[in-house]
Amino acid sequence: MPLTTNTILICAGGACISAGEKSVKDALEEELKKYGLDEVVRVIETGCMGACTLGPIAVIYPEGVFYQKLTPEAAKEIVEEHILKGRIVEKHLYKAPEGKPVPRVHEEVPFFKKQVKIVTRNLGIIDPTKIEEYIARDGYFALAKALQMKPEDVIREIKDSGLRGRGGAGFPTGLKWELAAKQKAERKFVVCNADEGDPGAFMDRSILEGDPHAVIEGMAIAAYAIGAQKGFVYVRAEYPLAIERLNIALEQAREYGFLGENIMGTDFFFDIEIRIGAGAFVCGEETALMASIEGERGQPRVKPPYPVEKGLWGYPTVINNVETLANVPWIIRNGAKEFRKYGTETSPGTKVFALAGKVKNTGLVEVPMGITLRELIYEIGGGIAGDKKLKAVQTGGPSGGCIPAEYIDTPVDFESLQKLGAIMGSGGMIVMDEDDCMVDVARFFLEFTVEESCGKCTPCREGTKKMLEILEKITSGEGTEEDIEELEKLANVIKDTSLCGLGQTAPNPVLSTLRYFRDEYLAHVREKKCPAKKCKALISYVIDPEKCVGCTACARVCPVQCISGQVRQPHVIDQAECVRCGSCIEVCRFGAISKVTPALPVEEAVE
Amino acid sequence: MGKVKSLEELMKIKEQALKDLQLRGETGKRGKITVAMGTCGIAAGAKETLKAIVEALNEHGVDDVAVVQSGCMGLCEVEPTVEVRLEGQEPVVYGRVTPENAKRIVKMHILEGRVVEDLVVKRGEV
Repeated sequence: MPLTTNTILICAGGACISAGEKSVKDALEEELKKYGLDEVVRVIETGCMGACTLGPIAVIYPEGVFYQKLTPEAAKEIVEEHILKGRIVEKHLYKAPEGKPVPRVHEEVPFFKKQVKIVTRNLGIIDPTKIEEYIARDGYFALAKALQMKPEDVIREIKDSGLRGRGGAGFPTGLKWELAAKQKAERKFVVCNADEGDPGAFMDRSILEGDPHAVIEGMAIAAYAIGAQKGFVYVRAEYPLAIERLNIALEQAREYGFLGENIMGTDFFFDIEIRIGAGAFVCGEETALMASIEGERGQPRVKPPYPVEKGLWGYPTVINNVETLANVPWIIRNGAKEFRKYGTETSPGTKVFALAGKVKNTGLVEVPMGITLRELIYEIGGGIAGDKKLKAVQTGGPSGGCIPAEYIDTPVDFESLQKLGAIMGSGGMIVMDEDDCMVDVARFFLEFTVEESCGKCTPCREGTKKMLEILEKITSGEGTEEDIEELEKLANVIKDTSLCGLGQTAPNPVLSTLRYFRDEYLAHVREKKCPAKKCKALISYVIDPEKCVGCTACARVCPVQCISGQVRQPHVIDQAECVRCGSCIEVCRFGAISKVTPALPVEEAVE
Repeated sequence: MGKVKSLEELMKIKEQALKDLQLRGETGKRGKITVAMGTCGIAAGAKETLKAIVEALNEHGVDDVAVVQSGCMGLCEVEPTVEVRLEGQEPVVYGRVTPENAKRIVKMHILEGRVVEDLVVKRGEV
C-alpha cells in the first residue's frame, strides 16, 4: 500500500489544462520534492471537477480543502503552508459571493450542493488512469451483476428506468436495445458516439477524460444485453486526452478480464476499438458516423433502415451517446426504481450540462431533470455575470433554440424544452444577457451549420447558405421586412426537406429567435437599430465631451487612429474611419465612451 | 494482475482499493493523527515516525483514522511530536515519538483507547 498522508487532486480537465494546470502540477511536485515530501504526498490528476471558471483547481485531502485559480507560485505557497505546516492558504480558497473564503466547497457552495451526481460521480474523485480506483467506487460490479442476469432482464431494467438517450433526441435506451436484441444476425455491434460537436458542449469529453471505465462498462453491459461481440468508440481527433485515457482504460479492462474472452469467467466475449474521427459535425449523426467507421466518407443516409436493423456493415448496431452509456452501470447496480427517484415521470434521472456564456459559474453541472432554468442559472450558475439582465438561454447547440427570460421557471426536461421550440440536445447551455443580439446569435449558429454541412442534400447545402446570407444582410443593416418573411419560409422548407437530423434542425436557432425576438429582427430592418448594440454596422461609438477628461488612453489604443483631440481636452471619434472594434470603450476609465444605435450619419458625428 | 473471474475476486480488489482511497479522507473518519513536520521535526526523525504510524495503522487494519502532517508545533525539545485527536476526546500531544513509540501509540491509544501516559507532552486544545 502506498504510504500517503496528503493527497492532492488536481483537475486535469480541458479547461484547467488550458488555464495552466501542468505548470501548477510541476511546481507542486518540485516543491514537494524539495521538502522530501514526495514519498508521502500523492499528486493525482483527475477528470474535470466541473467548476471550470475557477481553474486550475486542486482539492487537498484528507481535509478536502478546495483551492482555485492556482499558479506555480500559489502551488509553492500551498506546499509550504498547507502541506508542511498545516495552515490553510486563505487567499487561494474559493470565495463566496460576499467575499468570505470557503474551504470545503463540496459541502458549502450551491454550485456543488445542488447537483445530483450519477454520471459525473467519479469525476474529480478518482484517478482516471487507475482501474483500481474505479473499482473502489463500485466499478464493474454492474457488469458482474448483469452477467448473472438474463440479457432480457438487463434490457427490462434499462426499460423500466426510463433512461432516454442523452445525445439529443431522447430516444428510450431500453427500447433501442430491445429492438437490436430481437434481430437475428450472426454479428452485432455497440457504438459509443463520442463525436460531440456542438459549440459550447464538453460533457462527453469530460466523462471520457475523467471516468473512461464507466463508458466501457456501459458498453459491455449493452453488448451483453443485445448479443454483440464488438464495440467501437467513435471519438473526434480534437479530444486527444480523452483518447489517451480511453486507451489506458481499455488496456486495463482487458488485463482484468472485463473485456476480451470469457469476461469474468463467463462465456461472454466482447472487445472495444477506438475509431478516431476528423471532427466533422455531421459525423455525430448516426448514419454518417457508421459510414465513417466503415472507412467511407462521413455522410448520412436515409432512415429507415435504422441502425438497430442494418447498422455497421449491414449488421444490427446500437449507437448510444457517452453520457447515456455512463448512466447504465449505475442503473444496473442500483436498480431502475432508484434511478426514477430523480428527474420527472417522462424524463427520469439527471442531465449533465455544459453551462457557458454570461453566467458567473461556467462549467460542468449534473442536475436532476425537471430542475427549473432559474435554479440552474441563478443557484448553481450563480446568476448573470456582471449582474446584468438575463435575456435568453440557448440549449441544444445548432439544433436547439433560444428560450427567452420570461420562461425561466420552465422545468428542464425533454418535453418542456421542446414545447418552447428548444431542445435538450446533448446538453450545451449558453446563457445570454442584454448585450447579446438574438439575430446575431442565429447568424452565429447558422454560420456553423453552413460550414459543417456535408453537402449531400440540397436543402441543407444551399438552403442554409441562403439563410445565412439573409441574416448577414439584416445584421449589416441592409435587410427588409420581406427578407424576414423569406427567411422564415426557407427555414420551414429546410426543416421539412433535409435528409438528416442536422439539416432538419439547422433552422431551429432562426425559428426560435423569430418566435420570441421578432421585434429585434424588425428593429434591424425597420429602424436599422440593433437593440443589443452588438451588430457593428448598426452602432456608433461616441465620446461624451462632459465626461471625457482628455487622458488620451482611447486615442492610443485605437488601431486605426480615428480618435483625435488635445491632451486634457475632450476627444472625438471620426465616424467615417471608425471600425467599431470597441478597444476605446474598454480602456476608458471615465465612462465617457458609449455605443449608440442606429449608427450616426457620418457627417453629423464629426462636429 | 490476473483476470477477475468472480464477484468475490472483484470484491477483494474493491476492498483493497477502497482502503487506498479512504486514506485520502473522503469518508467519515473518527480521528486524526498529526505529525509535526517542520524542519525541526523532520531533522528529529519525523519522517520515520510518520512512516511507522502509517504502517502500524495498516497492519492493524485501521482505516478510519487520518494521518496528516503539520508544521512545527513549537515543542522542539521533544520532537518528533505527534498529536492524536479522536472523536469526542480531548486531543493529546505526544513527544519524542520514535518509530517504536509510534507503534505503541497506535496500539494503545488508537486500538485500545488508552493514553500512553509516559509520552504525553500536553493535553487539551493547543
